[in-house]
Amino acid sequence: MIDADATRDQIDSIYRAESRSVLATLIRLLGDFDLAEEAVQDAFVAATDQWPRDGMPGNPRSWLISAGRFKAVDRLRRRARFDAALDELAMRLDQHAPDPAEIDPDHVDDDRLRLIFTCCHPALSPDAQVAMTMREVCGLTTEVIARAFLTSPQTVAQRIVRAKSKIRIAHIPYEVPSRAVMPERLEAVLRVVYLVFNEGYAPSSGTSLTRPDVSSEAIRLGRLLVELLPDPETEGLLALMLLHESRHAARTSPEGELVLLPDQDRATWDRDLIAEGLTLVRRSLASDEVGPYAIQAAIAAVHADAPVAESTDWGRVVGLYDRLLVADRSPVIELNRAVAVAMRDGPEVGLELIDALVAPGPLDEYHLAHAAKADLLRRLGETSAARGAYERALDLARTEPERRFLARRIAELRS
Amino acid sequence: MKYLCIVYAEDRTFDAMSESELAALDEASLANDEELRRSGHLIVAQALQPVATATTVRVRNGRMSATDGPFAETTEQLGGFVFIEARDLNEAIEIAGRLPMAKIGSIEVRPVLDLVQTVQDRRAISDPPRP
Repeated sequence: MIDADATRDQIDSIYRAESRSVLATLIRLLGDFDLAEEAVQDAFVAATDQWPRDGMPGNPRSWLISAGRFKAVDRLRRRARFDAALDELAMRLDQHAPDPAEIDPDHVDDDRLRLIFTCCHPALSPDAQVAMTMREVCGLTTEVIARAFLTSPQTVAQRIVRAKSKIRIAHIPYEVPSRAVMPERLEAVLRVVYLVFNEGYAPSSGTSLTRPDVSSEAIRLGRLLVELLPDPETEGLLALMLLHESRHAARTSPEGELVLLPDQDRATWDRDLIAEGLTLVRRSLASDEVGPYAIQAAIAAVHADAPVAESTDWGRVVGLYDRLLVADRSPVIELNRAVAVAMRDGPEVGLELIDALVAPGPLDEYHLAHAAKADLLRRLGETSAARGAYERALDLARTEPERRFLARRIAELRS
Repeated sequence: MKYLCIVYAEDRTFDAMSESELAALDEASLANDEELRRSGHLIVAQALQPVATATTVRVRNGRMSATDGPFAETTEQLGGFVFIEARDLNEAIEIAGRLPMAKIGSIEVRPVLDLVQTVQDRRAISDPPRP
Protein backbone atom coordinates (compact mmCIF):
# COMPACT_ATOMS: atom_id res chain seq x y z
CA MET A 1 0.00 0.00 0.00
CA ILE A 2 1.45 3.38 -0.99
CA ASP A 3 0.99 6.30 1.38
CA ALA A 4 0.17 9.04 -1.15
CA ASP A 5 0.43 11.92 1.35
CA ALA A 6 3.84 10.81 2.56
CA THR A 7 4.98 10.51 -1.06
CA ARG A 8 3.82 14.06 -1.75
CA ASP A 9 5.81 15.33 1.24
CA GLN A 10 8.80 13.42 -0.05
CA ILE A 11 8.41 15.01 -3.49
CA ASP A 12 8.43 18.45 -1.82
CA SER A 13 11.66 17.75 -0.02
CA ILE A 14 13.21 16.18 -3.13
CA TYR A 15 12.25 19.32 -5.01
CA ARG A 16 14.06 21.50 -2.48
CA ALA A 17 17.13 19.28 -2.37
CA GLU A 18 17.43 18.12 -5.97
CA SER A 19 15.68 20.49 -8.38
CA ARG A 20 18.87 22.54 -8.92
CA SER A 21 20.98 19.43 -9.61
CA VAL A 22 18.36 18.10 -12.00
CA LEU A 23 18.32 21.50 -13.73
CA ALA A 24 22.14 21.57 -13.94
CA THR A 25 22.25 18.16 -15.62
CA LEU A 26 19.34 18.90 -17.95
CA ILE A 27 21.04 22.09 -19.16
CA ARG A 28 24.00 19.94 -20.19
CA LEU A 29 21.86 17.28 -21.86
CA LEU A 30 19.52 19.72 -23.61
CA GLY A 31 21.98 22.54 -24.25
CA ASP A 32 19.48 25.24 -23.38
CA PHE A 33 18.58 26.98 -20.11
CA ASP A 34 14.93 27.70 -20.85
CA LEU A 35 14.20 24.27 -22.25
CA ALA A 36 15.87 22.69 -19.21
CA GLU A 37 13.85 24.83 -16.78
CA GLU A 38 10.59 23.83 -18.43
CA ALA A 39 11.78 20.22 -18.38
CA VAL A 40 12.45 20.36 -14.60
CA GLN A 41 8.92 21.65 -14.00
CA ASP A 42 7.44 19.01 -16.31
CA ALA A 43 9.43 16.27 -14.57
CA PHE A 44 8.15 17.26 -11.13
CA VAL A 45 4.58 17.53 -12.42
CA ALA A 46 4.96 13.97 -13.77
CA ALA A 47 6.41 12.83 -10.42
CA THR A 48 3.49 14.35 -8.50
CA ASP A 49 1.15 12.51 -10.83
CA GLN A 50 2.86 9.09 -10.87
CA TRP A 51 4.78 8.54 -7.64
CA PRO A 52 1.79 8.65 -5.23
CA ARG A 53 0.12 6.08 -7.48
CA ASP A 54 3.04 3.83 -8.55
CA GLY A 55 5.43 4.37 -5.64
CA MET A 56 8.79 6.13 -5.42
CA PRO A 57 11.42 5.16 -7.97
CA GLY A 58 14.69 3.69 -6.65
CA ASN A 59 16.71 6.68 -7.77
CA PRO A 60 14.44 9.74 -7.85
CA ARG A 61 17.08 12.04 -9.31
CA SER A 62 17.79 9.79 -12.32
CA TRP A 63 14.06 9.32 -12.81
CA LEU A 64 13.55 13.11 -12.84
CA ILE A 65 16.42 13.67 -15.28
CA SER A 66 15.11 11.00 -17.68
CA ALA A 67 11.54 12.26 -17.38
CA GLY A 68 12.68 15.86 -17.93
CA ARG A 69 14.64 14.91 -21.02
CA PHE A 70 11.73 12.94 -22.42
CA LYS A 71 9.33 15.84 -21.81
CA ALA A 72 11.73 18.27 -23.48
CA VAL A 73 11.89 16.13 -26.62
CA ASP A 74 8.10 16.05 -26.55
CA ARG A 75 7.89 19.82 -26.28
CA LEU A 76 10.34 20.29 -29.14
CA ARG A 77 8.27 17.92 -31.32
CA ARG A 78 5.12 19.92 -30.66
CA ARG A 79 6.91 23.18 -31.43
CA ALA A 80 8.52 21.65 -34.54
CA ARG A 81 5.16 21.94 -36.28
CA PHE A 82 5.97 25.65 -36.52
CA ASP A 83 9.74 25.47 -36.78
CA ALA A 84 11.37 22.73 -38.85
CA ALA A 85 14.78 23.30 -37.25
CA LEU A 86 13.44 22.08 -33.89
CA ASP A 87 12.38 18.77 -35.40
CA GLU A 88 16.00 18.02 -36.18
CA LEU A 89 17.02 18.95 -32.64
CA ALA A 90 14.28 16.76 -31.16
CA MET A 91 15.40 13.86 -33.30
CA ARG A 92 19.03 14.30 -32.34
CA LEU A 93 18.13 14.43 -28.63
CA ASP A 94 15.90 11.40 -28.98
CA GLN A 95 18.49 9.27 -30.75
CA HIS A 96 21.29 10.13 -28.39
CA ALA A 97 19.79 8.95 -25.16
CA PRO A 98 22.31 9.64 -22.39
CA ASP A 99 24.43 6.83 -21.13
CA PRO A 100 23.38 5.97 -17.53
CA ALA A 101 26.96 6.95 -16.59
CA GLU A 102 26.19 10.48 -17.75
CA ILE A 103 23.75 10.96 -14.92
CA ASP A 104 25.84 9.32 -12.21
CA PRO A 105 26.66 11.32 -9.05
CA ASP A 106 30.14 12.44 -10.21
CA HIS A 107 28.72 13.89 -13.39
CA VAL A 108 25.94 15.51 -11.41
CA ASP A 109 28.49 17.28 -9.17
CA ASP A 110 30.31 18.49 -12.28
CA ASP A 111 27.04 19.75 -13.67
CA ARG A 112 26.43 21.85 -10.56
CA LEU A 113 29.89 23.40 -10.96
CA ARG A 114 29.25 23.95 -14.68
CA LEU A 115 26.07 25.82 -13.76
CA ILE A 116 27.84 28.00 -11.18
CA PHE A 117 30.74 28.87 -13.49
CA THR A 118 28.41 29.61 -16.40
CA CYS A 119 26.25 31.93 -14.28
CA CYS A 120 29.41 33.71 -13.03
CA HIS A 121 31.03 33.94 -16.48
CA PRO A 122 33.01 37.19 -16.85
CA ALA A 123 31.34 37.84 -20.21
CA LEU A 124 28.11 38.53 -18.27
CA SER A 125 27.71 41.85 -16.45
CA PRO A 126 28.33 41.72 -12.68
CA ASP A 127 24.61 42.42 -12.02
CA ALA A 128 23.63 39.61 -14.37
CA GLN A 129 26.10 37.21 -12.70
CA VAL A 130 24.49 37.83 -9.31
CA ALA A 131 20.94 37.57 -10.67
CA MET A 132 21.72 34.39 -12.64
CA THR A 133 23.42 32.75 -9.64
CA MET A 134 20.55 33.55 -7.29
CA ARG A 135 17.94 32.41 -9.81
CA GLU A 136 19.51 29.35 -11.46
CA VAL A 137 21.90 28.03 -8.80
CA CYS A 138 20.00 28.98 -5.63
CA GLY A 139 16.55 28.69 -7.17
CA LEU A 140 15.34 32.00 -5.66
CA THR A 141 12.43 33.70 -7.38
CA THR A 142 12.87 36.95 -9.28
CA GLU A 143 10.69 38.60 -6.57
CA VAL A 144 13.11 37.62 -3.79
CA ILE A 145 16.13 38.69 -5.86
CA ALA A 146 14.45 42.01 -6.69
CA ARG A 147 13.70 42.65 -3.00
CA ALA A 148 17.31 41.87 -2.04
CA PHE A 149 18.63 44.42 -4.53
CA LEU A 150 15.81 46.96 -4.22
CA THR A 151 14.84 46.76 -7.82
CA SER A 152 11.76 45.57 -9.65
CA PRO A 153 11.15 41.92 -10.54
CA GLN A 154 10.87 43.08 -14.17
CA THR A 155 14.41 44.47 -14.07
CA VAL A 156 15.74 41.22 -12.60
CA ALA A 157 13.80 39.14 -15.13
CA GLN A 158 15.16 41.26 -17.96
CA ARG A 159 18.74 40.85 -16.71
CA ILE A 160 18.25 37.08 -16.67
CA VAL A 161 16.70 37.00 -20.14
CA ARG A 162 19.59 39.08 -21.54
CA ALA A 163 22.19 36.89 -19.83
CA LYS A 164 20.64 33.69 -21.18
CA SER A 165 20.45 35.14 -24.64
CA LYS A 166 24.14 36.09 -24.48
CA ILE A 167 25.03 32.59 -23.26
CA ARG A 168 23.17 31.17 -26.26
CA ILE A 169 24.21 33.60 -29.00
CA ALA A 170 27.87 34.10 -28.02
CA HIS A 171 28.24 30.37 -27.23
CA ILE A 172 29.38 30.66 -23.64
CA PRO A 173 30.20 26.98 -23.03
CA TYR A 174 28.64 24.96 -20.24
CA GLU A 175 31.85 23.81 -18.64
CA VAL A 176 34.12 23.94 -15.61
CA PRO A 177 37.02 26.26 -16.54
CA SER A 178 40.41 24.83 -17.49
CA ARG A 179 43.18 24.78 -14.89
CA ALA A 180 44.90 27.73 -16.62
CA VAL A 181 42.04 30.17 -16.01
CA MET A 182 40.58 28.51 -12.89
CA PRO A 183 42.08 30.98 -10.35
CA GLU A 184 40.44 34.05 -11.95
CA ARG A 185 37.21 32.25 -12.64
CA LEU A 186 36.97 30.94 -9.07
CA GLU A 187 37.70 34.42 -7.76
CA ALA A 188 34.71 35.72 -9.74
CA VAL A 189 32.47 32.99 -8.31
CA LEU A 190 33.59 33.73 -4.74
CA ARG A 191 32.97 37.45 -5.31
CA VAL A 192 29.40 36.71 -6.40
CA VAL A 193 28.77 34.41 -3.43
CA TYR A 194 30.16 37.05 -1.02
CA LEU A 195 28.04 39.75 -2.62
CA VAL A 196 24.93 37.61 -2.24
CA PHE A 197 25.84 36.94 1.40
CA ASN A 198 26.46 40.60 2.17
CA GLU A 199 23.19 41.66 0.61
CA GLY A 200 21.48 39.22 2.99
CA TYR A 201 23.64 39.92 6.04
CA ALA A 202 23.80 43.71 5.78
CA PRO A 203 21.43 45.01 3.11
CA SER A 204 22.74 48.24 1.60
CA SER A 205 19.34 49.88 2.05
CA GLY A 206 15.79 49.23 3.09
CA THR A 207 13.83 48.70 6.27
CA SER A 208 15.17 45.43 7.63
CA LEU A 209 18.53 44.71 9.20
CA THR A 210 19.07 41.33 7.57
CA ARG A 211 17.56 39.10 4.91
CA PRO A 212 18.20 35.61 6.29
CA ASP A 213 16.78 33.82 3.23
CA VAL A 214 19.44 35.44 1.04
CA SER A 215 22.40 34.97 3.39
CA SER A 216 21.56 31.34 4.09
CA GLU A 217 21.46 30.64 0.33
CA ALA A 218 24.97 32.13 0.07
CA ILE A 219 26.16 29.85 2.87
CA ARG A 220 24.59 26.83 1.17
CA LEU A 221 26.44 27.76 -1.99
CA GLY A 222 29.68 28.22 -0.03
CA ARG A 223 29.28 24.74 1.47
CA LEU A 224 28.64 23.27 -1.96
CA LEU A 225 31.79 24.92 -3.34
CA VAL A 226 33.93 23.70 -0.43
CA GLU A 227 32.57 20.20 -1.01
CA LEU A 228 33.11 20.16 -4.77
CA LEU A 229 36.15 22.39 -5.17
CA PRO A 230 38.14 22.53 -1.94
CA ASP A 231 40.49 25.53 -2.04
CA PRO A 232 41.91 27.69 0.80
CA GLU A 233 40.02 30.80 -0.33
CA THR A 234 36.74 28.92 -0.80
CA GLU A 235 37.14 27.59 2.74
CA GLY A 236 38.10 31.08 3.91
CA LEU A 237 34.97 32.58 2.40
CA LEU A 238 32.71 29.92 3.91
CA ALA A 239 34.38 30.44 7.31
CA LEU A 240 33.89 34.21 7.01
CA MET A 241 30.20 33.78 6.22
CA LEU A 242 29.64 31.24 9.01
CA LEU A 243 31.38 33.38 11.66
CA HIS A 244 29.36 36.45 10.69
CA GLU A 245 26.15 34.44 10.52
CA SER A 246 26.85 33.07 14.03
CA ARG A 247 26.19 36.56 15.43
CA HIS A 248 22.89 36.84 13.57
CA ALA A 249 20.59 36.68 16.61
CA ALA A 250 22.76 39.03 18.68
CA ARG A 251 22.94 41.75 16.02
CA THR A 252 19.31 42.76 16.44
CA SER A 253 17.54 43.66 19.68
CA PRO A 254 14.05 42.26 20.36
CA GLU A 255 12.74 45.64 19.16
CA GLY A 256 14.56 45.22 15.82
CA GLU A 257 17.31 47.70 16.69
CA LEU A 258 20.95 47.38 15.64
CA VAL A 259 23.31 46.04 18.34
CA LEU A 260 27.03 46.67 17.74
CA LEU A 261 29.70 44.02 18.29
CA PRO A 262 30.91 45.22 21.76
CA ASP A 263 27.32 45.37 23.08
CA GLN A 264 26.18 41.99 21.75
CA ASP A 265 25.13 39.21 24.12
CA ARG A 266 27.78 36.65 23.20
CA ALA A 267 25.80 33.86 24.86
CA THR A 268 23.39 34.04 21.91
CA TRP A 269 26.11 33.53 19.30
CA ASP A 270 25.60 30.26 17.44
CA ARG A 271 28.31 27.93 18.81
CA ASP A 272 27.86 25.30 16.06
CA LEU A 273 28.43 27.81 13.29
CA ILE A 274 31.45 29.18 15.19
CA ALA A 275 32.96 25.71 15.61
CA GLU A 276 32.47 24.95 11.91
CA GLY A 277 33.91 28.36 10.98
CA LEU A 278 36.94 28.05 13.25
CA THR A 279 37.87 24.63 11.84
CA LEU A 280 37.75 26.03 8.32
CA VAL A 281 39.79 29.14 9.27
CA ARG A 282 42.53 26.99 10.79
CA ARG A 283 42.68 24.77 7.73
CA SER A 284 42.70 27.76 5.39
CA LEU A 285 45.41 29.64 7.33
CA ALA A 286 47.62 26.53 7.33
CA SER A 287 47.75 26.51 3.53
CA ASP A 288 50.55 28.04 1.45
CA GLU A 289 48.38 30.68 -0.11
CA VAL A 290 46.41 32.69 2.42
CA GLY A 291 44.02 35.01 0.60
CA PRO A 292 41.82 37.95 1.61
CA TYR A 293 38.77 35.85 2.56
CA ALA A 294 40.83 33.64 4.87
CA ILE A 295 42.35 36.73 6.55
CA GLN A 296 38.94 38.33 7.03
CA ALA A 297 37.68 35.04 8.44
CA ALA A 298 40.68 35.01 10.82
CA ILE A 299 39.65 38.49 12.04
CA ALA A 300 36.10 37.27 12.63
CA ALA A 301 37.63 34.28 14.47
CA VAL A 302 39.46 36.60 16.90
CA HIS A 303 36.07 38.04 17.90
CA ALA A 304 34.49 34.59 18.06
CA ASP A 305 37.31 33.49 20.39
CA ALA A 306 36.79 36.35 22.86
CA PRO A 307 34.30 35.40 25.61
CA VAL A 308 33.70 39.10 26.36
CA ALA A 309 34.39 42.18 24.22
CA GLU A 310 37.08 43.39 26.64
CA SER A 311 39.20 40.28 26.11
CA THR A 312 39.48 40.81 22.32
CA ASP A 313 43.06 40.46 21.08
CA TRP A 314 43.18 43.81 19.23
CA GLY A 315 46.90 43.46 18.52
CA ARG A 316 46.15 40.34 16.46
CA VAL A 317 43.25 42.10 14.72
CA VAL A 318 45.54 45.02 13.70
CA GLY A 319 48.18 42.54 12.48
CA LEU A 320 45.60 40.72 10.35
CA TYR A 321 44.36 44.01 8.85
CA ASP A 322 47.99 44.83 7.97
CA ARG A 323 48.17 41.53 6.07
CA LEU A 324 44.85 42.22 4.41
CA LEU A 325 46.06 45.64 3.23
CA VAL A 326 48.98 43.97 1.46
CA ALA A 327 46.50 41.87 -0.53
CA ASP A 328 43.93 44.62 -1.08
CA ARG A 329 44.64 48.31 -0.36
CA SER A 330 41.04 49.38 -0.01
CA PRO A 331 40.05 52.43 2.07
CA VAL A 332 37.30 50.43 3.81
CA ILE A 333 39.94 48.01 5.11
CA GLU A 334 42.04 51.00 6.25
CA LEU A 335 38.99 52.26 8.14
CA ASN A 336 38.51 48.91 9.88
CA ARG A 337 42.20 48.81 10.73
CA ALA A 338 41.95 52.35 12.18
CA VAL A 339 39.13 51.23 14.47
CA ALA A 340 41.22 48.25 15.66
CA VAL A 341 44.21 50.54 16.24
CA ALA A 342 41.97 52.82 18.33
CA MET A 343 40.98 49.82 20.44
CA ARG A 344 44.61 48.81 20.92
CA ASP A 345 46.33 52.23 21.30
CA GLY A 346 43.52 54.61 22.27
CA PRO A 347 40.99 56.80 20.43
CA GLU A 348 43.43 59.66 19.57
CA VAL A 349 45.62 57.41 17.42
CA GLY A 350 42.61 55.92 15.62
CA LEU A 351 41.06 59.33 15.06
CA GLU A 352 44.16 60.58 13.26
CA LEU A 353 43.96 57.60 10.87
CA ILE A 354 40.23 58.06 10.20
CA ASP A 355 40.63 61.80 9.60
CA ALA A 356 42.92 60.97 6.70
CA LEU A 357 40.13 58.85 5.14
CA VAL A 358 37.20 61.30 5.44
CA ALA A 359 37.05 64.91 4.14
CA PRO A 360 38.65 65.15 1.64
CA GLY A 361 39.57 61.47 1.67
CA PRO A 362 38.10 58.51 -0.24
CA LEU A 363 35.46 57.64 2.40
CA ASP A 364 33.85 61.07 2.80
CA GLU A 365 30.55 59.70 1.47
CA TYR A 366 30.68 56.50 3.56
CA HIS A 367 28.39 56.68 6.60
CA LEU A 368 30.34 54.10 8.62
CA ALA A 369 33.54 56.21 8.41
CA HIS A 370 31.71 59.17 9.99
CA ALA A 371 30.02 56.90 12.53
CA ALA A 372 33.41 55.45 13.55
CA LYS A 373 34.91 58.92 13.82
CA ALA A 374 31.94 60.06 15.92
CA ASP A 375 32.34 57.10 18.25
CA LEU A 376 36.02 57.91 18.91
CA LEU A 377 35.23 61.61 19.49
CA ARG A 378 32.46 60.58 21.90
CA ARG A 379 34.90 58.45 23.85
CA LEU A 380 37.34 61.38 24.02
CA GLY A 381 34.52 63.51 25.47
CA GLU A 382 34.43 65.84 22.43
CA THR A 383 30.66 65.96 22.51
CA SER A 384 29.86 68.62 19.92
CA ALA A 385 32.38 67.31 17.35
CA ALA A 386 30.99 63.81 17.94
CA ARG A 387 27.45 65.06 17.34
CA GLY A 388 28.53 66.70 14.08
CA ALA A 389 30.07 63.46 12.84
CA TYR A 390 26.98 61.41 13.83
CA GLU A 391 24.79 63.90 11.97
CA ARG A 392 26.91 63.55 8.85
CA ALA A 393 26.66 59.74 9.19
CA LEU A 394 22.88 60.02 9.57
CA ASP A 395 22.70 62.06 6.36
CA LEU A 396 24.50 59.29 4.48
CA ALA A 397 22.98 56.15 6.09
CA ARG A 398 20.41 54.34 3.96
CA THR A 399 18.88 51.57 6.09
CA GLU A 400 16.19 52.41 8.63
CA PRO A 401 17.73 50.50 11.61
CA GLU A 402 21.09 52.24 11.05
CA ARG A 403 19.38 55.62 10.87
CA ARG A 404 17.50 54.96 14.12
CA PHE A 405 20.75 53.87 15.81
CA LEU A 406 22.55 57.05 14.75
CA ALA A 407 19.59 59.25 15.77
CA ARG A 408 19.65 57.59 19.20
CA ARG A 409 23.35 58.35 19.62
CA ILE A 410 22.76 62.00 18.66
CA ALA A 411 19.93 62.24 21.21
CA GLU A 412 22.16 60.72 23.92
CA LEU A 413 24.84 63.34 23.25
CA ARG A 414 22.29 66.16 23.58
CA SER A 415 21.19 65.09 27.04
CA MET B 1 31.49 29.29 -34.46
CA LYS B 2 32.95 32.48 -35.98
CA TYR B 3 33.99 35.50 -33.94
CA LEU B 4 35.33 38.89 -34.98
CA CYS B 5 38.05 40.20 -32.68
CA ILE B 6 37.93 43.96 -33.14
CA VAL B 7 41.10 45.72 -32.06
CA TYR B 8 40.79 49.16 -30.47
CA ALA B 9 43.69 51.34 -29.40
CA GLU B 10 44.46 54.99 -28.83
CA ASP B 11 46.40 56.69 -31.62
CA ARG B 12 48.67 58.29 -29.07
CA THR B 13 49.70 54.85 -27.77
CA PHE B 14 51.48 54.32 -31.08
CA ASP B 15 52.85 57.90 -31.08
CA ALA B 16 54.50 57.18 -27.74
CA MET B 17 56.20 54.03 -29.02
CA SER B 18 59.74 54.00 -30.38
CA GLU B 19 60.56 52.79 -33.89
CA SER B 20 61.98 49.53 -32.51
CA GLU B 21 58.98 48.94 -30.22
CA LEU B 22 56.62 49.39 -33.20
CA ALA B 23 58.73 47.01 -35.27
CA ALA B 24 58.62 44.40 -32.49
CA LEU B 25 54.82 44.76 -32.18
CA ASP B 26 54.32 44.30 -35.95
CA GLU B 27 56.57 41.24 -35.98
CA ALA B 28 54.75 39.74 -32.99
CA SER B 29 51.34 40.37 -34.61
CA LEU B 30 52.38 38.70 -37.86
CA ALA B 31 53.87 35.74 -35.99
CA ASN B 32 50.66 35.36 -33.99
CA ASP B 33 48.57 35.49 -37.19
CA GLU B 34 50.75 32.73 -38.63
CA GLU B 35 50.29 30.60 -35.52
CA LEU B 36 46.50 31.06 -35.67
CA ARG B 37 46.54 30.14 -39.36
CA ARG B 38 48.46 26.96 -38.63
CA SER B 39 46.11 25.93 -35.80
CA GLY B 40 43.15 26.46 -38.12
CA HIS B 41 41.64 29.35 -36.13
CA LEU B 42 42.41 32.25 -38.48
CA ILE B 43 39.97 33.24 -41.21
CA VAL B 44 41.47 36.64 -41.92
CA ALA B 45 43.44 39.29 -40.01
CA GLN B 46 43.95 42.87 -41.07
CA ALA B 47 45.47 45.99 -39.54
CA LEU B 48 44.11 49.37 -40.63
CA GLN B 49 45.60 52.80 -41.41
CA PRO B 50 45.02 55.49 -38.71
CA VAL B 51 41.56 57.13 -38.46
CA ALA B 52 42.98 60.31 -40.03
CA THR B 53 42.66 58.42 -43.32
CA ALA B 54 39.01 57.43 -42.77
CA THR B 55 36.07 58.56 -44.89
CA THR B 56 32.47 58.01 -43.77
CA VAL B 57 29.81 57.30 -46.39
CA ARG B 58 26.01 57.56 -45.98
CA VAL B 59 22.97 57.46 -48.25
CA ARG B 60 20.00 59.50 -47.01
CA ASN B 61 16.86 60.17 -49.02
CA GLY B 62 18.61 58.63 -52.00
CA ARG B 63 21.55 61.05 -51.75
CA MET B 64 25.01 59.79 -51.06
CA SER B 65 27.40 61.81 -48.93
CA ALA B 66 31.04 61.17 -48.11
CA THR B 67 32.63 63.02 -45.18
CA ASP B 68 36.09 63.17 -43.70
CA GLY B 69 36.80 61.23 -40.53
CA PRO B 70 35.59 58.14 -38.68
CA PHE B 71 31.93 57.35 -37.89
CA ALA B 72 32.42 58.04 -34.17
CA GLU B 73 35.01 60.27 -32.52
CA THR B 74 36.25 58.20 -29.59
CA THR B 75 39.52 58.03 -27.71
CA GLU B 76 40.04 54.38 -28.64
CA GLN B 77 39.94 53.87 -32.38
CA LEU B 78 39.31 50.80 -34.50
CA GLY B 79 42.80 49.73 -35.52
CA GLY B 80 42.25 46.35 -37.12
CA PHE B 81 40.46 43.03 -36.84
CA VAL B 82 41.10 39.31 -36.59
CA PHE B 83 38.32 37.07 -37.85
CA ILE B 84 38.53 33.64 -36.24
CA GLU B 85 36.89 30.24 -35.99
CA ALA B 86 36.63 29.08 -32.36
CA ARG B 87 34.92 26.25 -30.50
CA ASP B 88 33.07 28.64 -28.19
CA LEU B 89 33.40 32.01 -26.43
CA ASN B 90 35.99 30.67 -23.99
CA GLU B 91 38.30 29.70 -26.82
CA ALA B 92 37.64 33.02 -28.59
CA ILE B 93 38.52 34.90 -25.38
CA GLU B 94 41.70 32.86 -25.04
CA ILE B 95 42.71 33.69 -28.63
CA ALA B 96 41.87 37.38 -28.17
CA GLY B 97 43.96 37.43 -25.00
CA ARG B 98 46.97 36.15 -26.94
CA LEU B 99 46.84 38.92 -29.58
CA PRO B 100 49.89 41.17 -29.03
CA MET B 101 47.58 44.21 -29.38
CA ALA B 102 45.63 43.08 -26.26
CA LYS B 103 48.58 44.30 -24.16
CA ILE B 104 48.28 47.91 -25.37
CA GLY B 105 44.69 48.20 -26.61
CA SER B 106 41.35 46.43 -26.12
CA ILE B 107 39.86 43.58 -28.10
CA GLU B 108 36.10 43.40 -28.55
CA VAL B 109 34.98 39.84 -29.26
CA ARG B 110 31.73 39.56 -31.23
CA PRO B 111 29.98 36.41 -32.43
CA VAL B 112 28.84 36.54 -36.06
CA LEU B 113 25.19 36.68 -37.02
CA ASP B 114 24.44 34.03 -39.64
CA LEU B 115 22.33 36.05 -42.09
CA VAL B 116 21.67 33.11 -44.41
CA GLN B 117 20.18 31.12 -41.50
CA THR B 118 18.25 34.17 -40.26
CA VAL B 119 16.72 34.75 -43.68
CA GLN B 120 15.85 31.04 -44.07
CA ASP B 121 14.24 30.93 -40.62
CA ARG B 122 12.21 34.05 -41.38
CA ARG B 123 10.98 32.57 -44.66
CA ALA B 124 10.09 29.27 -42.94
CA ILE B 125 7.96 31.09 -40.37
CA SER B 126 6.13 33.28 -42.89
CA ASP B 127 5.61 30.36 -45.30
CA PRO B 128 5.47 27.07 -43.35
CA PRO B 129 5.99 23.87 -45.33
CA ARG B 130 2.71 22.06 -46.05
CA PRO B 131 2.42 18.46 -44.87
